[in-house]
Amino acid sequence: MHRLKQGEVNLGTSIMAVQFDGGVVIGADSRTTTGSYIANRVTDKLTYLHDRIYCCRSGSAADTQAIADFGHYYLQMQTQVMGSAPSVLTAAAIMEKMCYQNKDQLSAGIIVAGWDKKAGPSVYNIPLGGGLFRQPWAIGGSGSTYVYGYCDATYQEGWGKDETVNFVKNTLALAMSRDGSSGGCIRMCVITEDGVERKFIPGDELPRFWEGKEVLGEATRKPLAALSTVSDVAPMAVEV
Amino acid sequence: MTSIGTGYDLSASTYSPDGRIFQVEYANKAVENSGTAIGLRVKDGIVLAVEKLVHSKLLIPDANRRIQTLDRHLGLATAGLLADGRQLANRARDESANFRDSFRSPAPVKYIADRLGSYVQVYTLYSSVRPFGISTIIGGVDQDGPSLFVIEPSGVFFGYHGAAVGKGRQLAKTELEKLKLSELTMRQAVLEAARIIYLVHDDSKEKTFELEMSWIGDETNGLHVPVPKDLLAEAEQKAKAALEDFE
Repeated sequence: MHRLKQGEVNLGTSIMAVQFDGGVVIGADSRTTTGSYIANRVTDKLTYLHDRIYCCRSGSAADTQAIADFGHYYLQMQTQVMGSAPSVLTAAAIMEKMCYQNKDQLSAGIIVAGWDKKAGPSVYNIPLGGGLFRQPWAIGGSGSTYVYGYCDATYQEGWGKDETVNFVKNTLALAMSRDGSSGGCIRMCVITEDGVERKFIPGDELPRFWEGKEVLGEATRKPLAALSTVSDVAPMAVEV
Repeated sequence: MTSIGTGYDLSASTYSPDGRIFQVEYANKAVENSGTAIGLRVKDGIVLAVEKLVHSKLLIPDANRRIQTLDRHLGLATAGLLADGRQLANRARDESANFRDSFRSPAPVKYIADRLGSYVQVYTLYSSVRPFGISTIIGGVDQDGPSLFVIEPSGVFFGYHGAAVGKGRQLAKTELEKLKLSELTMRQAVLEAARIIYLVHDDSKEKTFELEMSWIGDETNGLHVPVPKDLLAEAEQKAKAALEDFE
């Protein structure tokens, strides 16, 4: 169960959604893999469900595309019947239903996020076997495991759009740098009442953090006596 | 064939030569024999009231209720065959529960009215079934505020500010038209509804009746519940007083 078939295309992914006062910011890396081969390095994992509702897809590319397609269809039907745009909760509930009822056949971890008249901005997480959880921020995909601590330590309530965009961008860059199945560039969407604004960060413009230096290489060249006293093999300074 | 229907009234699946379906019209006759039911849509909610004729002194008080709850925010009052009302209410409960299950939100009143209208209409198509012998008032409060609908035996439904079905509907409608429904509060509407039911009840022809009332709106936190006993008693007492003034 939950194992990819031989040669199946995988979204070994870093995805994220964060709500702020006027809307939500969603983001994802752009890597799609079949095993160790990068099948697509500019994938768009931010998928349209309705005018102000998007989802971030992780897991099997085929499964999540199919689920998103069905979700899109159901929401169109719902809009026609009700005569108004569906809520994010309704969209997320429909997606969750498909994920839960077909859990034995699917590998899909989806974050549904968007803006609606009733609740304003909202983010819903739908993990692997189903389940529906409203969260102020959600991360998902294989890369997310490396950045939970960063998110816990960094996220604050009351951010505006720009701060939230930066948070998403930095988190994804950190996840992509540690996770072998995430990478490429960052795609983001800012969803507000007024519309959906797409943002693209090319692979050579990703935020950069400390990237290490050849500490050991330097150290081994020094005489042994010096090694015990030298200061350049000191612990990294930590900012508080 | 010498009788009135001349063969065109034997089944709901047969038109008469002038395009009518007699079985549906007979179903409307079943409604006309029933005690009156009214619904008021006011600024902060809905009030439903029913003149429930008590056909036997042996019946327990409050037996055979004609106002039913469909969901937390939805109520239904019927005029016509009691059993048909039960069947329709059960169907409405299924529809409402399914909607909640699928979309994680309470169903809009219009949606339920639409689904029930389609359900009732299907019973006008086949020779093997008989149309519903009820007119249904369905009221509720949803995202867009209070709304009120009436579903007829043919399956058509309309939205109303004030609705009346059953025996005394004509008089009840003229009384409802005198009210400024969109300015009334729910409490005022309860008093008016009780007054109208007492007014349309014909003492000379009918035996006793019970006044059945429920409401949905700000006063009840958006829930469909029976009107509290003390308010009901007050409304009945004022209705009787108003009736004496009227006569």
